[in-house]
Amino acid sequence: MSAYLSIRNLCVALKTGTPILRSVSLNVDAGQVHALVGESGAGKSMIGKAVLGTLPRALTVTSGEIWLDGVNLLALHPANRRKLIGATAALIPQDPLTALNPSKRIGPQITRRLVDILGWSKRDAEARALDLLAEVHIPDPARVMRTYPHELSGGMRQRILIASAFAAEPKLIIADEPTTALDVTVQKQILRLIADMQARHNTALLFVTHDLGVVSKVSDTLSVLYAGKVVEDARMRRFFMRPIHPYSAALLAATPTYTDPTGSLTPVSDAVIELVEREVREHDLRASR
Amino acid sequence: MRDARGEIRRPLGLRLWLSGGWLTLLVLAAVFAPLIAPKDPLMQDLFLGRMPPFWQSGAEPGFLLGTDSLGRDVLSRMLYGARLALIGALVAGTLTCILGATLGLIAGYYRRWPDRIISRFIDIWMAFPPVLFAILLIAVLGPGLISIIIAIVVIDWTRFARVIRAEAMSQGAMDYVASAQVAGRTRFGTMITEILPNVLPTIIALLTLEMGIAVIVEAILSFVNLSISTDSPTWGGMISEGRTSVHQAWWVLVFPLITLFLTVLSFSQLGEGLKDRFDPVLR
Amino acid sequence: MMYEVRDLHLSLPDMTRKPLLGAAPRIEILKGITFDLPKGAVMGIVGGSGSGKSTLGRAMLRLLEPTGGSVHFNGTDITHLPEDTLRGMRQQFQMIFQDPMSSLNPRRRVGGIIAGPLRLHRMDNVPTRVNEALDMVGLPRSFAQRYPHELSGGQRQRVGIARAIALRPAFILADEIVSGLDVSSQAQVLNLLEELVRELGLTLAFISHDLSVIRRLCDRVLVLHHGEVVEAGTTEAIFEAPQAEYTRTLLDAIPLPDPDQRWG
Repeated sequence: MSAYLSIRNLCVALKTGTPILRSVSLNVDAGQVHALVGESGAGKSMIGKAVLGTLPRALTVTSGEIWLDGVNLLALHPANRRKLIGATAALIPQDPLTALNPSKRIGPQITRRLVDILGWSKRDAEARALDLLAEVHIPDPARVMRTYPHELSGGMRQRILIASAFAAEPKLIIADEPTTALDVTVQKQILRLIADMQARHNTALLFVTHDLGVVSKVSDTLSVLYAGKVVEDARMRRFFMRPIHPYSAALLAATPTYTDPTGSLTPVSDAVIELVEREVREHDLRASR
Repeated sequence: MRDARGEIRRPLGLRLWLSGGWLTLLVLAAVFAPLIAPKDPLMQDLFLGRMPPFWQSGAEPGFLLGTDSLGRDVLSRMLYGARLALIGALVAGTLTCILGATLGLIAGYYRRWPDRIISRFIDIWMAFPPVLFAILLIAVLGPGLISIIIAIVVIDWTRFARVIRAEAMSQGAMDYVASAQVAGRTRFGTMITEILPNVLPTIIALLTLEMGIAVIVEAILSFVNLSISTDSPTWGGMISEGRTSVHQAWWVLVFPLITLFLTVLSFSQLGEGLKDRFDPVLR
Repeated sequence: MMYEVRDLHLSLPDMTRKPLLGAAPRIEILKGITFDLPKGAVMGIVGGSGSGKSTLGRAMLRLLEPTGGSVHFNGTDITHLPEDTLRGMRQQFQMIFQDPMSSLNPRRRVGGIIAGPLRLHRMDNVPTRVNEALDMVGLPRSFAQRYPHELSGGQRQRVGIARAIALRPAFILADEIVSGLDVSSQAQVLNLLEELVRELGLTLAFISHDLSVIRRLCDRVLVLHHGEVVEAGTTEAIFEAPQAEYTRTLLDAIPLPDPDQRWG
């Protein structure tokens, strides 16, 4: 089993029974970037939450396994699971505005995990924080450590969140639409930064996004999701040259590319929707047996 | 594409039924008090003083909930007391709401100088200690229902104004308000058609809360004998009297207290229940 | 000319730095914008956040009053026109907003939302016009009974479009209307907009930070940076031969779905 993160037939549903994730299976090798693509509501964020153990209370895992570095997360006692996740995984969240505590300075927000959860000394943690801030190209890290989040721009805040995620040298990072809330020019910088950091620290990265363009820039492999079901799983290049599933092809056709001025934007056709809906229904039927 | 997020449900309006039920009962009791009260609430009979409620030994038939130290029927006094409580609640609550919500709405939506004037006004007004203010007012105006109502309105309108102002401000930033302006609606028209419906749930919740508060304020005032003339039955007055004889006749204190509690609770829950039931967004 | 904008300046008070007594210092958002928008044209207004593009749009619609320069709409100087005069003209220029959540009053039904402006301008046959508008944006007529939260983001956006076109304006400003939408809904809305421009002979100003979308829809582009026009021209010119450095930066920042070019 070479994959660092291996999700097998994961089913998550509302307590009322409505399925949210339908037998999701995917693998992320150590040091690789795997993208989760799909439209909003497809369940991409939920996969990351299931791995990190932060599913909303209304949802439960009904079946399946999540293997992280050879350990079945779902079989662990919740306290042990939290400890393991805290030590080996991290999240780069979507909204840098709400992810940082507005009433705390930056420094403590980066060092907290190191000191409280991993037991580092305050001095070591602060040194590490300074190193990381420099690594993410924050000018004058010592000063920034003492600032409050609202004094910084969105791009800077996202950099801090990235630094924070890499602080404990996690083996797995989940990036949940990390650039959606950012300006387009900042987006490119942040994506390159994430890609650099990921390569340098050799971290496995699960990258959630709805933007196929972004996928092609950063990922090695990807899974396309519709209504909580994996529709296609592929290596990045092959996917863009030759998407197999009609839904994947439809998503590509609907993505505007400015290099193709005559290209018409085709929304996902009803026929394709019919097809994926049918697949979803078939899945639900099989699952209920 | 289908989306399961919309399927998380909410519990139904049980509290609407319970609170509405109690309050309806109360209204009926107040309106029909002269018809259903078994005894004259003012009639004293010292020989029947401190009779216990009907399920205890030694109770006097006809006095279901017992009598107080002057032999007056507790139940009848409570029914008549409900009149005062409800009138106070409805009138004071509504007037406070109208005054506070209107000023709050104007301040929050129009901003600039109307807001500056109104906000300053609220700040200064709130600097007066409320209890002292009430007592002063009643000392000047003399006891009576009107004085109580005026006192409540005068003290509590700022609560409304502050909250509604904040709501109106946040609504005013919404794009659908800008859209109304783009469509050519006057500012006043926009306030009525776009802001008001979205502020209404809060207004209703506050209104019912205010009604509950009015009931309590009236009870407190009559507890300290600042309410209407001492003869007419009031819940607060009954509680005050009952306090002194609580060991010998606990029922004189307890029944009005429970009724007061349930009434105030019902008012606040009514507001919440109405919001849940009638707000299209929450359904 | 639908619009003639000359040296437009707009500054707003910075309330975060307002002293206790006295006025707040003003921040200049638009620093001298000049352009012409011919009738029937589709113009894209691009820039990053903070470029002033939304402010420019709102100035064009006189939701904000310019502090300098002039704005002529259809020959009339609307720069400092008083609100009541402006109100009479509002039927002619309309706007579609960015956020499908906050642009529709959550406590009004779709039918009422579209009908509102129609009734305001005392148009006849309001119910028919509402149905027409729904037809034109491809929504079933039964949606008139629904509340906004019962619709998807793309559908809400189409209601916003219906509301704008119901008045049959001459000009429409679309402020980042597809930014919050899925790729598929985005495609639908853009195709719809294209169709409507053709059918109704609209002049359109399309604000976006997404150049890919701009290329698709617009025949000319205005590139804004820090409140100034850094480049203006036909779509082809901007994309084939961008002159300004900022334009090149913007183009460069777009993640094209091209597997051969990776970042990092």
